[in-house]
Amino acid sequence: MAEVRAEMVANVWKIVVGEGDTVNEGDTLVILESMKMEIPVVAEDAGVVAQIKVAEGDVIQEGDLIAVIE
Amino acid sequence: MFESVLVANRGEIARRVIRTVRRMGLRAIAVHSEADADLPFVREADEAVLLGPASPAQSYLDVEKVLDAARKSGAAAVHPGYGFLSENADFARAVIEAGMVWIGPAPEAIVQMGDKINARNLMENAGVPVAAGTREPVSTLADAVRAADEIGYPLMVKTAGGGGGIGMGVAYDEKSLAKAFEQASRAAARFGGGAAILLERYIQRARHVEVQILGLADGTVVALGERDCSVQRRHQKVVEESPSPGITPELRERMLAAAVRAGEAVGYRGAGTVECLVDVDRQDFVFLEMNTRLQVEHPVTELVTGADLVEHQLRIAAGEVYPVEVAPSGHAIEFRVYAEDPKRFFPGPGKIAVWEEPSGEGVRVDSGYVAANTVTPFYDPLMAKLCVHGATRAEALERARAAVAAFRVEGPKNNLPFCAELLDHPEFASGDYDTGLVSRMRS
Repeated sequence: MAEVRAEMVANVWKIVVGEGDTVNEGDTLVILESMKMEIPVVAEDAGVVAQIKVAEGDVIQEGDLIAVIE
Repeated sequence: MFESVLVANRGEIARRVIRTVRRMGLRAIAVHSEADADLPFVREADEAVLLGPASPAQSYLDVEKVLDAARKSGAAAVHPGYGFLSENADFARAVIEAGMVWIGPAPEAIVQMGDKINARNLMENAGVPVAAGTREPVSTLADAVRAADEIGYPLMVKTAGGGGGIGMGVAYDEKSLAKAFEQASRAAARFGGGAAILLERYIQRARHVEVQILGLADGTVVALGERDCSVQRRHQKVVEESPSPGITPELRERMLAAAVRAGEAVGYRGAGTVECLVDVDRQDFVFLEMNTRLQVEHPVTELVTGADLVEHQLRIAAGEVYPVEVAPSGHAIEFRVYAEDPKRFFPGPGKIAVWEEPSGEGVRVDSGYVAANTVTPFYDPLMAKLCVHGATRAEALERARAAVAAFRVEGPKNNLPFCAELLDHPEFASGDYDTGLVSRMRS
């Protein structure tokens, strides 16, 4: 199980995958926006998306849990 | 002269404009979002009006809210700063129609220059050199591929209405063109400015050199020298200097003359910038775009000319007729202090625990924050501009090294370590660099 956490304060602009989706290493899970820049959050390993813990429009803090990949 | 100015912007530029407005004895009115209520520009204005929530669309980009604030506060004039509504011709028209003075060029000039395709064609007709590129908007990938075959790779792909490097990408072949085209289209849809895409021949070893112009109230246009903005990451400027260490006096003279022609071609009034790309190997240049507003890096020009560009903007907008003599002296460099990590340049907003600005001879800091403020993720990452001036480039570099070392910021991530690294880099130190410098430093 791998936890994907935010590297910075950001707004959640777009959720790209859904719970239950199979993802490969490097696939974009969600796209954050901070300071007028789009920041894709990618899967570090292949697996199944067990949980998405954020919603579009959320403001998240550094270290917040974004997703869980199993 | 009008009696009051509403500054329709935030952060360092709002603070900088307010400083001149107040020095001239005029009333300064700030507007701000909820997220910015504690920033210095709000406190330093004579009056401040809350616009709304943090989101730019609900605050600084909301034309009705800004106009409402201007009417309620009795503002006589509106200064738009840069970004946000500064190049929005509808906003400029609405300000004028509401009976206030618009501190900027005529809305028609904003429209003509705002569409980069139109601007390119207009400049070519005025005898200003442009790069090989599309003369009509490109709206589909198939059209882009056809145009690319005609112009030849590599190509720069950008949005006709965008700015600030957002959505720009280089295409080396049909495959990377598809990617760049998709990226530019998405940026155009998200950040506004219409869906039209523009393709231009990409110059491999290029410097980005721009000319500051002033269109005076009597219709004459003067050039206040150039700024070299070749230190860029993600097509956004990080460091600017004047004079450019990469152009010959002969090329400088041709560029300044072309910039004056560009301004005259649109009947330009006020402060504007003619951006050019210089082909380093051929010592030749092409027109890139014209920014119809005050530029972030205007302090570089102020340091070498001794001019206060905001004061010029106000006096020209008020219709004052006076001569402008230009006698540049010494060398100036500006470092943009961004809230971003110094390795990958990813945003790093946060609460400021320590903020200590350098000072001393030849050092100027334009900042938007003080200690205990929070740099939020809602706006661009510029926290401050560290500017130095010296009699020579060597003296300016020496002052820059000391000032960068003395600037203490803790809390948000910041690129001061990158600025120090750049100052130690042989290419930058020699002055012989191009727009690829930062990517070479990080490859």
